[in-house]
Amino acid sequence: MKKLLGLLFILMIPTIVVASGGSDENLDTAHIDLSDTKSLQRGARTFVNYCLSCHGASYMRYERMAKDLKISDSLLRENLMFTADKPGELMTTAMPADGAKQWFGVVPPDLSVTARYRRPDWIYTYLRSFYLDESSPTGWDNLVFPNVAMPNVLYRWQGSRIANFSEVNGNKHFDGFEQLQPGEMTGEEFDLAIQDLTNFMVYLAEPAKLVRYRVGLWVIIFMVIFTIFAYFLYKEYWRDVR
Amino acid sequence: MSSFIRWVDARFPLTKVWKEHFGEYYAPKNFNFLYYFGGILTVILIIQIVTGIILTMHYKPDVDLAFASVEYIMRDVPAGWFVRYLHSVGASMIFIALYVHMFRGLMYGSHRSPRELVWLLGMLLYVAMMAEAFFGYLLPWGNMSYWGAQVIVSLFGAIPFVGEGLAQWIRGDYVISDATLNRFFAFHVILLPLLLALLIYLHIVALHKVGSNNPDGVEIKQQKDENGKPLDGVPFHPYYTVKDTFGVGVFLTIYLAIVFFLPEFGGWFLEKDNFDPADILQTPPDIVPLWYLTPYYSILRAVTFEWLPGGAKLWGVIAMGAAIVIFFFLPWLDRSRVRSIRYRGWMYKTMLTLFVITFVMLGYLGTKNPGHVDLIWLKNVTWAQIGLVIYFAFFLLMPIYTRLDKTHPEPDRLVK
Repeated sequence: MKKLLGLLFILMIPTIVVASGGSDENLDTAHIDLSDTKSLQRGARTFVNYCLSCHGASYMRYERMAKDLKISDSLLRENLMFTADKPGELMTTAMPADGAKQWFGVVPPDLSVTARYRRPDWIYTYLRSFYLDESSPTGWDNLVFPNVAMPNVLYRWQGSRIANFSEVNGNKHFDGFEQLQPGEMTGEEFDLAIQDLTNFMVYLAEPAKLVRYRVGLWVIIFMVIFTIFAYFLYKEYWRDVR
Repeated sequence: MSSFIRWVDARFPLTKVWKEHFGEYYAPKNFNFLYYFGGILTVILIIQIVTGIILTMHYKPDVDLAFASVEYIMRDVPAGWFVRYLHSVGASMIFIALYVHMFRGLMYGSHRSPRELVWLLGMLLYVAMMAEAFFGYLLPWGNMSYWGAQVIVSLFGAIPFVGEGLAQWIRGDYVISDATLNRFFAFHVILLPLLLALLIYLHIVALHKVGSNNPDGVEIKQQKDENGKPLDGVPFHPYYTVKDTFGVGVFLTIYLAIVFFLPEFGGWFLEKDNFDPADILQTPPDIVPLWYLTPYYSILRAVTFEWLPGGAKLWGVIAMGAAIVIFFFLPWLDRSRVRSIRYRGWMYKTMLTLFVITFVMLGYLGTKNPGHVDLIWLKNVTWAQIGLVIYFAFFLLMPIYTRLDKTHPEPDRLVK
């Protein structure tokens, strides 16, 4: 099979980049609570102000977000809608794709469904794992996603820090971060902000999640009652069959 | 009303068809829960067709639009997420029901004479259903859709001489592309549904000609009362229509619970790699098909013997094809004097149990990296090779062990 795949790659594709992003091990747990509307609103503010500058969420409409997150129309227009004129428009990015390719080497991926692809814990840990690295083009590297093209957008909040590594049996071993300059937020405040952002991205990846549990409960109750009636009807009909 | 029916009956055999297939179709009265799954399959298939029609109204088979159109269905189409999840979970539910339905046949000898054609038509349905699922899986245009199709279509390339040309002909391009997406869409929404409808019709016509088997393996048509009604049968309607309503109710409750609360089913029904749009430059870490095809994928990967003439890949493809085709020969491989497992000896019981365990194991291994150790002691590929041997031994040794097996005499009437 390996040979088959190898052959496939060589024959069909000019270049291959194996999906990077590290393993799922050693991730911190993000506490996801979609019923916490305040948290989702805070996450939305961070997302629109910081993420949407470079990334798009182009399967999502502003209007839908405002409705689901109970954000008023005026608040939406004044504080959250930077890349569109009408609330019904899609949440596209402010950055042109051609420019992005030139500036970062890659077009930043669309974030609409990232929380379903990467998982919440990954996002939560990734956004808190940046460190200064002079050898990288942006000056930043990430522990969860080594050599990532994205810089630490939130360094004002987090402050700047470096990662300490040591050699153990020839392998690079991570010893911990070392804070160089404090950020505008304390460590706990920053964790909470990223928690809110992750929460929002989980919502963003599947807005239907807000309704599907609620509707689902009623549907299941109906089905159970229906099935109980069907059972008694069946028993009634079969009473004389021996 | 009755005059209207008379008017129709003079022009179309309405009452006759109703009587033959419902009102006076006699089915054995000892069906257990394994006999619910034929009816369940019909119901899910109808759900798949209805949800499929709605999805087709919003889906766009175009490499630039396909992924976005699925997300449009999930967000902007009213209740679109519900229709989409019914359809995506429905695919897996069909295969769950289908595997139980097939296992039921193996248990009670439903493939035996005179039901060979029922079995063969059922196997054709199974193959058509696998094709339907495979073509449908490309449509969301996620990265796993793309690479799954890439790998499976490239298998045709293993066929000597014509292989590469054939694979290219199927794709309509050198790689999976817009041309492939469009034709897979056509196959998924037109060709295979038509074929499935035809095969289901034939499957049921053949079944109603010979009558249903039952857990005792007794022919109910051989024992009739003075009116010519089978003593051990009840009319399908109303007896089995009400009983199946209950069975379908239970199954639908489980199905809907998954749709609303666990639509991804931990990555088994919707894989996380498929939420990344198809990317020709970036492969997912492990390329695997969905769970219902993984037993065969395991068999394909188990053949690693490069010394075979033509190479391991060719023989892997042959083994995979043979694993499916061999099911068709079951009615003639089984030489037992009796039908039902209730009257068979220990050999068939042991082999069937082993086969089921092997099938599940191969399915599990098909989702794992062959070089890793996910079961005990041995590498996944080694376990898959052991599984391959048991899989084929079940079929190829069947003429021997079913004949040697000590059977108990079958009763004439159902056992109370």
